[in-house]
Amino acid sequence: MFVFAARRILQAIPILLGVSLVVFGLVHIVPGNPIDLLMPPEASPEVIAQMKAAFGFDKPLYMQYLLWLSRALQGDFGLSVFNSTPVWGQLITALGNTFILAILAATLGFTLGVVFGLLSAMFHGRWPDKLFSAIATTGVSLPHYWCAIVLVLACAVLHDWLPAQGMGDDSLPLYDRLQYLVLPVVTLSLIPMGVIGRLVRATVLEILSQEFVGALTAKGLTRWPVIRHICKNAAPPVLALMGLQFGYLLGGSILVETVFNWPGSGNLLNLAIFRRDIPVLQATILVLAAFFVVLNLLVDIAQAAIDPRIRR
Amino acid sequence: MSQATVDFVRRDRQVSIDAPQATPTPGYWKSVVQRLSRDPVTIAVTLVLLGIIFISIGAPLVTGGTDPYAGSVLARLKPIGTPGHWLGTDETGRDLWTRLCYGGRLSLLAGVLPVSISLLIGGFLGILAGYAGGIIGTLIMRTMDVFYAFPSILLAIAICGLLGNGLSNSVIALSVVFIPPMVRISETVTTQARQLDFVEAARASGTTTLQIIRHHVLANVLGPIMVYATSLISVSIILSAGLSFLGLGVTPPQAEWGLMLNSLRQAIYVQPYVAALPGAMIFITSMCFNLMSDGFRSAMDVRLNK
Repeated sequence: MFVFAARRILQAIPILLGVSLVVFGLVHIVPGNPIDLLMPPEASPEVIAQMKAAFGFDKPLYMQYLLWLSRALQGDFGLSVFNSTPVWGQLITALGNTFILAILAATLGFTLGVVFGLLSAMFHGRWPDKLFSAIATTGVSLPHYWCAIVLVLACAVLHDWLPAQGMGDDSLPLYDRLQYLVLPVVTLSLIPMGVIGRLVRATVLEILSQEFVGALTAKGLTRWPVIRHICKNAAPPVLALMGLQFGYLLGGSILVETVFNWPGSGNLLNLAIFRRDIPVLQATILVLAAFFVVLNLLVDIAQAAIDPRIRR
Repeated sequence: MSQATVDFVRRDRQVSIDAPQATPTPGYWKSVVQRLSRDPVTIAVTLVLLGIIFISIGAPLVTGGTDPYAGSVLARLKPIGTPGHWLGTDETGRDLWTRLCYGGRLSLLAGVLPVSISLLIGGFLGILAGYAGGIIGTLIMRTMDVFYAFPSILLAIAICGLLGNGLSNSVIALSVVFIPPMVRISETVTTQARQLDFVEAARASGTTTLQIIRHHVLANVLGPIMVYATSLISVSIILSAGLSFLGLGVTPPQAEWGLMLNSLRQAIYVQPYVAALPGAMIFITSMCFNLMSDGFRSAMDVRLNK
């Protein structure tokens, strides 16, 4: 088990390096120096050169990459080109806000997904199966940014039930601030619910068709212990997908954050794109992608802990 | 079943054996079509999709020649059911039904094109990696692993945001996003197909590599890859409309569902139902593609239909 974990951790290192190369490369496939795009056309060449030197854009590309990477490893992502504040500070605040949404949405979505998936597999072919499968397929097909708008429409425009935008003032009491969470969390939970629900249904159905389930029943086990066996066998693939989905919630909430004006990492990324703020852009993508890699690593190790066959 | 008499000569005397005549079993594709024809949901969603494709391509016909770009300040944000604008008008007074029809062209194109491109490139790389194996395979698969490390929406937004707006950039971004999963799927099925007994047999009897790939590998691999591709279309339509929704894809004043949803979002307090319509189109289209893909998958999966 320890050997497996160590090997997986070692394998993650080249991937992380590759990720950093892609992030750095992405920014530099765009023609033009980031500073040129930012400076007013009437700026004098000396000022532009000074700015380039200040942000390190005057060095050769590989030097820029090495410098950027070594600083990034120390948690220093430089200053924002837009407002000259440290990138790290902005990123931490934004990530924290996104994390709140992602954790709550994952909890809600995964729970519903597992329950729906189990129910539809156990009532295979009957009406609960059809109902829950329909809900799951709807969840997968929903454009979540549209769903966000529809929820705002229903709960904030047509009725005055919940706030439509932002995350509330710090001065508000906790109960009022929680209200701001409801709509974004519900919106974000729909896709994980659908995806997990469909996978749980398919996995459980496949396990149900295996002989050992019949053997367990024949041995005289009652319903619940049999279900416990099924769950343990279904866990590894479901867990892997949960890890992926949680990563998507962290990195992909940009659309929902835009609709709800939620000051998270997606919002930060969106602003950075429109301001052409390269340091913020690079840092946000890199940190989110690195997080995704680590998450997958943890999931792999957890899978191996549950299912010894994976360790090999 | 009719009986046929099989005669054959055995040594010196003639022996007759009564054997049941071989009845042709329906071919694989014929049985797939047969199963599909018994699946009302798949037929229904396919019809709806054909309808959406029809109103998009035939937009000038179904809208009676209304100009999708002609607005009027007087006719701004009319509700659903206004005479002359049965689905209302948008924030610059353009007829919404007309723009929804024309919008289907770009939305469908921006959704289907990336999947086709990634199907070609990803399928090729995946089959190559799966069949060749060795260094080439490792090289391709490890490169894909790096792209796998990005959540798909994040990568699409990053590429599109850096390349700039426009339909072509959004198509490029989404193709890059879809190539890695496509490679992974094709690599997996190719590796499985390569180990099948008849492929071994073909190789042992001296068939050339190209012929093995053409006759044996492709025939076994294309089905699963295509099914996976159709399931990606739904995601692709949602994502491409999402890019336009963020202002990263199609540029105004072009009609595209994601872009329309974004510009009408500001009008949500004035005409809530009109504002939600473009998103409903995205939802219906992606739902239909999803259900159609499910239908094809279960019709093509022999194991599910024992």
